[in-house]
Amino acid sequence: MIRVVLPMHLRTIARIEGELLLSVEGPVTQRSVLDALESRHPELRGTIRDHVTLRRRAFVRFFACEQDLSLEAPDDPLPQSVASGVEPFLVVGAIVGG
Amino acid sequence: MSEARVLVGTRKGAFVLTSNSNRARWTISGPHFAGWEIYHVKGSPVDPDRLYASQSSGWFGQMIQRSADGGQTWEPVGNQFTYDGVPGTHMWYDGTQHPWEFKRVWCLEPSLTDPETVYAGVEDAALFRSTDGGATWHELPGLRGHESGPTWQPGAGGMCLHTILLDPDDPDRIFIAISAAGAFRTDNGGQSWKPINRGLKSQYIPDPDAEVGHCVHRIAMHPSRPSVLFMQKHWDIMRSDDAGDSWHEVSGDLPTDFGFPIEVHAHEPETIFVVPIKSDSEHFPMDGKLRVYRSRTGGNHWEPLSNGLPQSDCYVNVLRNAMAVDQADPCGVYFGTTGGQVYASADSGDNWIAIVRDLPPVLSVEVQTLP
Repeated sequence: MIRVVLPMHLRTIARIEGELLLSVEGPVTQRSVLDALESRHPELRGTIRDHVTLRRRAFVRFFACEQDLSLEAPDDPLPQSVASGVEPFLVVGAIVGG
Repeated sequence: MSEARVLVGTRKGAFVLTSNSNRARWTISGPHFAGWEIYHVKGSPVDPDRLYASQSSGWFGQMIQRSADGGQTWEPVGNQFTYDGVPGTHMWYDGTQHPWEFKRVWCLEPSLTDPETVYAGVEDAALFRSTDGGATWHELPGLRGHESGPTWQPGAGGMCLHTILLDPDDPDRIFIAISAAGAFRTDNGGQSWKPINRGLKSQYIPDPDAEVGHCVHRIAMHPSRPSVLFMQKHWDIMRSDDAGDSWHEVSGDLPTDFGFPIEVHAHEPETIFVVPIKSDSEHFPMDGKLRVYRSRTGGNHWEPLSNGLPQSDCYVNVLRNAMAVDQADPCGVYFGTTGGQVYASADSGDNWIAIVRDLPPVLSVEVQTLP
């Protein structure tokens, strides 16, 4: 199972407490994890990536294993420790004032 | 005697304020959607417990929330606002053409007859409609496709469609206003639109009486006379007696005619309210005195209303969607400020009280009169 940690605002919308455990078919990538997340919680569509282009929203970042994976290609494999469930995949709201 | 429910959108959440029967005591619930910008919350005229809210964030984009119990509980509904066809371009600040890009929903206007139907005015300016309670949204592309569309430009607050007025006598007639394109009207349910800006004069655009390009801040009507419209333009209070085909200025004896909101009394179609602001570069009341101005003559002659409002050192603003009237008798008037106060008058503006203070900056105020 893939461990996913969402920011507080998205946990509130999806009524999630703590980490989310997702089953992902096939290669574990940003795209497959987000597909699984949005399939489980369709109310989150459009909040992390664009509805149509599926591009990451500008102020959303993806972290795992103490690395910023935001600029990696959506179909690149995520680190093995994320795929094996040892480390969580973090969806993070970027630091912005206001 | 009637209870009122005031729906307040702020920079950091929504608040629902409910009165007792004489509108003297208020209870407050919220923040709902804490931390999110709530541009607008509005209820269905035919089902007052059906509310719609526009929730947005620079991080996570647009959400639409729906309530079936007057704002006690909410559920997220559809948030996909995709322009019809190829989006095309409009004028950008530097004179180049810029693609239409959806940013947020500024206003929600529930149908006068069907609680499942609601209109959304968005930035970049376009009109969307849902007929399934907000689950799915479809653009009415005739507006953005108007031949003048490529010339529309954003105002300082973005190119927003901020006002939607539904004609209670004619379901095919809708009025909308865009900053900074102007006012438009459809007479065929949104298939085609015409600019209705004749008579507006704006010195801040190259051709002061151009067909489009005016920064219309807000328009208002009384439901008993939908062909009489009132407008707060960037500068100038305007009036139309022919459904927008022509306008004339009714700023009259106002000390300044810059401002954002304008509202019509619930029972007196010739009584209108504005909140004059010093200028376009000083968005606060004149002399630090917060005053609503009321005209009982449909414009031109205005009286200041200040009893209960701060009359010194007050430098808040009142934004375009932050004023509303209830349907009680006497008519209640409500407005919210960028300082987080919501003021209410239960006597058509003669006396005011702050029904809440210290909210985040108020973006919108709507009110429902409960049975």
